[in-house]
Amino acid sequence: MKLVIGIVRPDMANDVLEALYRAEVRGISMSRVQGHGGELERVETYRGTRVQMGLSEKVRFEIAVSDEFVQTTIDALCEGAQTGEVGDGKIFVMPLERAIRIRTGERDHGAVTPVGK
Amino acid sequence: MSLPLAAAPAAIDTGDTAWMLIATALVLVMTIGLGLFYAGLVRAKNTLNTFMMCVAALAVATITWALVGYSLAFDGDGKILGGLGHAFMSDVGFAPRDGTTIPQLVFFAFQGTFCIITTALVSGAVVERMRFGPFLIFSALWSVLVYAVLAHWAFGGGWLAQQGTLDFAGGVPVEMGSGFSALAAALVVGARKDYGRQALLPHNAIYVLLGAGLLWFGWFGFNGGSGFNTGQNSVLAFANTLLTPACTLLTWFILDFLRNRQITAIGAATAIIVGCVGITPAGGFVSPIWAMVLGVLVTFPCYAVVALRPRTRVDETLDVLAAHGVAGLFGIVFIGLFAQKDWNGIADGLFYGDGGQFWSQVVAAAAAPVYAFGMTYALLRGLGALMPLRGSDRDEAVGMDIVHHGEEAYVTGEGAILITAEAGDVEDLPVAQPV
Repeated sequence: MKLVIGIVRPDMANDVLEALYRAEVRGISMSRVQGHGGELERVETYRGTRVQMGLSEKVRFEIAVSDEFVQTTIDALCEGAQTGEVGDGKIFVMPLERAIRIRTGERDHGAVTPVGK
Repeated sequence: MSLPLAAAPAAIDTGDTAWMLIATALVLVMTIGLGLFYAGLVRAKNTLNTFMMCVAALAVATITWALVGYSLAFDGDGKILGGLGHAFMSDVGFAPRDGTTIPQLVFFAFQGTFCIITTALVSGAVVERMRFGPFLIFSALWSVLVYAVLAHWAFGGGWLAQQGTLDFAGGVPVEMGSGFSALAAALVVGARKDYGRQALLPHNAIYVLLGAGLLWFGWFGFNGGSGFNTGQNSVLAFANTLLTPACTLLTWFILDFLRNRQITAIGAATAIIVGCVGITPAGGFVSPIWAMVLGVLVTFPCYAVVALRPRTRVDETLDVLAAHGVAGLFGIVFIGLFAQKDWNGIADGLFYGDGGQFWSQVVAAAAAPVYAFGMTYALLRGLGALMPLRGSDRDEAVGMDIVHHGEEAYVTGEGAILITAEAGDVEDLPVAQPV
């Protein structure tokens, strides 16, 4: 089991969701985050006050998957989130110790497999 | 018609003038209300740009109105266009405007606020993708080539007024003018890149309701002021501005409930606009009871267009055609059916014995949409040949606020570093360049 974390542009979030859906990756969480990953600095002006925006809006996907689904998930994230310009985001994969589905008490592999599989 | 500036304003009525000063301010606040209404309907990343298109109309349309628009609309009674006698505001002074009891300056300002909001209305068709610079140029040209011309036809003694069309507060220039221009603008500028592919939802329903409320509030000046006095037609239009939208609201509730078993807030906000628009042309001409019937009936065609338009490829984004074009057309025709001389002192409609009036209304309902659509289409096609009307797909993805204004509506400020002049590196930084 792995936890796949994908941090992507907010305007690509819908494409990522679509790609994940097509790859049959169903259990996901998504949150809005602010991040900085080396993109060119953006300057904004508020009534004469110029500020350099250090952080950009990003969307963070968290997806717990069984091992055989890790590559599929990564591919879907890349496919949905890529524009080719700096700021597309990153994917992190980390080992997952345990997973429990609260409703049924199923553990690990059973818990990260979508219902009905 | 040139009025001597220094002439004693003997015919000026202080009560009428006082009301018209207030009415002018009421109509002006409608443009801000519209900005709020539109801003709530778009995605968060386009909030400021959408609002700014309305603010742009405040700047641009006021100036074009003062320079030539007012003159083309209200100088003389040429069939198609007014003269240039009032260009650059010449002879627009304290003497009463012909046919009214208010100074021409007040009349000018009141009519100017109409030009502003109508220009702002058209932006609803092109939000979330049209570049801000070209929009400024478009609104300057549109306010003269479309609004001033239609205003002359209906209000300024042009051919529609001459052949007897009744239009109390702007069914022709404001509502049909903006609605059918919006359709043309949407066709020329094209759909947003995500239109029809993703759900593009309103980001703040409270703004939408508050904006609709401000619009309704301002509409009392819009309709109530369109008699230019405090006489019976003005009072009738004022009261009808309360009655019609209330009936439209309830009818919209019922249609919403029948369709989805739920009554929606954004639907309610839309219903307020539709009701106000419906009574705009008819306000001073139909009885209060017929105004209520109008409120019920106007809901059906507008609701249908709102429901069906998103199924087409036409991304007329904020439904200006449904809420203004269709409702305005309905109101214009309604006058021809149910106007009542007992109430308006001017003319009867078909149901009260004057079929000719109905015909006059139908002519206006056919001519105004054709002109507004055709002229706007040509205008934007021409402008589009000179400069790109919309930005790249990437710009659209990042959002108009950052790309065109270098600001965000919901900025947090976390991680933002103040740039001081002493830092020395200010000039090297790209200004609002999206990554």
